Amino acid sequence: MSNAVSEASKPEKPLRTLDIVNAGLAKRYRAERRFRRLGLAAIIASLAFLSMLFADIFWKGHTAFRQTFIQLNILFDPELIDAENLAAADYNGFIRKALEREFPEVSGRGDRRELSQIVSPGAAFILQKQLRDNPELIGQTLPLWVPANDDVDMLMKGHIDRYAPEGERRLSDKQLAWLKRLEEQNKIQKKFNKTFFTAGDSREPELAGIWGATVGSLYTLFITLLLSFPIGVATAVYLEEFAPKNRWTDIIEVNINNLAAVPSIVFGLLGLAVFLNFFGMPRSAPTVGGLVLTLMTLPTIIIAGRAALKSVPPSIREAALGIGASKMQMVTHHVLPLAMPGMLTGTIIGMAQALGETAPLLMIGMVAFIVDIPGSFTDPSTVLPVQIYLWADSPERAFVERTSAAIMVLLAFLIAMNAVAVYLRKKFEHRW
Amino acid sequence: MIKKLIPLTAAVALLASLGSVQAQSSRDYISIVGSSTVYPFATVVAEQFGKSTANKTPKIESTGSGGGFKLFCAGVGVEHPDITNSSRAIKSSEIETCKTNGVAEIVEVKIGYDGIVLANSKKTDVMQLTLKDIFLALAKEVPDPKGGKTLVPNPYKTWKDVNPDLPDRKIEVLGPPPTSGTRDAFVELAMEGGGQMIDSIKAMKKEDEKRFTAVCHTIREDGHYVEAGENDNLIVQKLDANPDAVGIFGFSFLDQNTDKVQGAFVDSVQPTFEGIAEGKYPISRPLFFYVKKAHADVIPGMREYLSEFTSEKAWGPDGYLTDKGMIPMPEKERKKFAENVKNLTPIQ
Repeated sequence: MSNAVSEASKPEKPLRTLDIVNAGLAKRYRAERRFRRLGLAAIIASLAFLSMLFADIFWKGHTAFRQTFIQLNILFDPELIDAENLAAADYNGFIRKALEREFPEVSGRGDRRELSQIVSPGAAFILQKQLRDNPELIGQTLPLWVPANDDVDMLMKGHIDRYAPEGERRLSDKQLAWLKRLEEQNKIQKKFNKTFFTAGDSREPELAGIWGATVGSLYTLFITLLLSFPIGVATAVYLEEFAPKNRWTDIIEVNINNLAAVPSIVFGLLGLAVFLNFFGMPRSAPTVGGLVLTLMTLPTIIIAGRAALKSVPPSIREAALGIGASKMQMVTHHVLPLAMPGMLTGTIIGMAQALGETAPLLMIGMVAFIVDIPGSFTDPSTVLPVQIYLWADSPERAFVERTSAAIMVLLAFLIAMNAVAVYLRKKFEHRW
Repeated sequence: MIKKLIPLTAAVALLASLGSVQAQSSRDYISIVGSSTVYPFATVVAEQFGKSTANKTPKIESTGSGGGFKLFCAGVGVEHPDITNSSRAIKSSEIETCKTNGVAEIVEVKIGYDGIVLANSKKTDVMQLTLKDIFLALAKEVPDPKGGKTLVPNPYKTWKDVNPDLPDRKIEVLGPPPTSGTRDAFVELAMEGGGQMIDSIKAMKKEDEKRFTAVCHTIREDGHYVEAGENDNLIVQKLDANPDAVGIFGFSFLDQNTDKVQGAFVDSVQPTFEGIAEGKYPISRPLFFYVKKAHADVIPGMREYLSEFTSEKAWGPDGYLTDKGMIPMPEKERKKFAENVKNLTPIQ
């Protein structure tokens, strides 16, 4: 009976597996193409966002590397300078005089004040330094390039519309006319902005630089590296090679993994409570910053280190032990050298993370206005990302381009560090 | 193996030496904390002071007024700050905390004024507001527009609803979050001021002062007031992109962005330098800093820094602080506080 039914339902041609496969083939190819396209689209989208970010930062920031300077004929009037006390001379007076010689027709207190405003208030310090380095200049007249005020700089870079009504821009019609005359005489020019790379922070955008923050970052990272690398490697080696597998090591492992995900501000609070309040270390010092960032990067280094140790094949360990090496010799002579590239990569990535961190430093006072370049590990200092944050919050418009330029510098550091990590991995990587 | 041990021992030695660094025994720079509103002015003075004298440039942290007092009042000694900036006067509770921690003598220095502006994009017309309009547009609870004494959740959707003379635009205000000193000053000056203009709210002040403060200090949370973070630059950018929105920020940001935004008239006074200096503009507040007298002769450069800050070339009407947007005090007040600073007269 069942035989009869199956006979009747049998198609004329027997359906073979191949046919079933063939029938669904087009659909499967379509699905695969769709999947690939989705993947490609995801990559394109993320690349597009990334390039938009870079393009925006570059577009806003590239002008910051050039700065407007004004040429003035400065007379170091011997009657106004006391050779014994160079610092006490009225350098602003020299600049005012030079401007008045340049524009003899300007009179009246208000106009003269406006005239002196086209030059940076920091120009006086440049003269002071010039004279301190070369005291023989007294009595001479020198054509000197001094930085222009930030508003003039913004005008020259096209960030201020010179055709806007007078009340809506920060430069008056008179100032525009003077600048135009300087421009015609070629006495106002954009030059490479050396100050940006050599100075500390300043409230005058034309005098502000990132060197102070860079030095602070270097000091902080040095402490971080000095502490986190040996501690991290030692922890990873002990946990991976020597520690017994029991409940305690499990708890430690879970905790390390958890620490890697703790928001960084928590480490800042810890630093405030332990390093500042308990040990009484100085506020705003790179030492404390380095300690806090060590706590933050340790989990990253330990996890990367353990992964690197795990990837060393057991045969190497067994061979070493087999020819009579002690366990410690096995680790230090064989396993650790083979795992080192992976550990270094993890360390560099951890360092790059620490370089970009601001939140934990907020609590220990490294988010501060610091003009002097730090000279030691205990001097007050700030770091690159904090400098970016502080500039982004400043009202002066010229800080917008400097913020972007500082981001470019920070990105350059990050890319360099990651490139080193990639290079190390490629060069020393072993494949088994 | 020995090579491996070198960094380890170095690290241990470093840790040990750090542990032994007890509280620094001396400090050769001034440490300043406090308000983010005073920060742009204090930093300019600090820089000027650092460059024109042989002293190191003071270190200035922007911690907010409240955070500044907390650090300032923690004690006397080089590990505690010497000066705290503030966008409000010190509270009696803070003076008490200071006293219990041994900070007995504090010198109060008023440095000038700051205006809080309500601004919108230049692409639209300038607004003519009154304090009452501001209160009605932003308070969480307002008197029932249909009459009666009861308070209802704020029903106003557009500025025209608030006051028929105002434009028919959605109420969309970008302002500082509650942690900000600007917000404190804004609710105190504008919202309380506006509340007083309404009879039923004014009556409440006499009957139940706490309730009055709560009503005036609570800003609506239904999306018409957007907390835009502490970054005033961001608010200016958002206003430029959205001409219908109104932003609340400090005068110095208006001063730097006159080509993009315009300040609304409040009680028919425009927020200009002169308007605020003469005290006509209603939403302006004094700025202060507080000095620990015990530190004045311990930290090098303290007296010079104080005299730089209180000199005419800094806080005078033509001084460099006014270039940064600070509104100077009248001459009489300047003289009085300069005298206080010279003699280091503590507050009683």
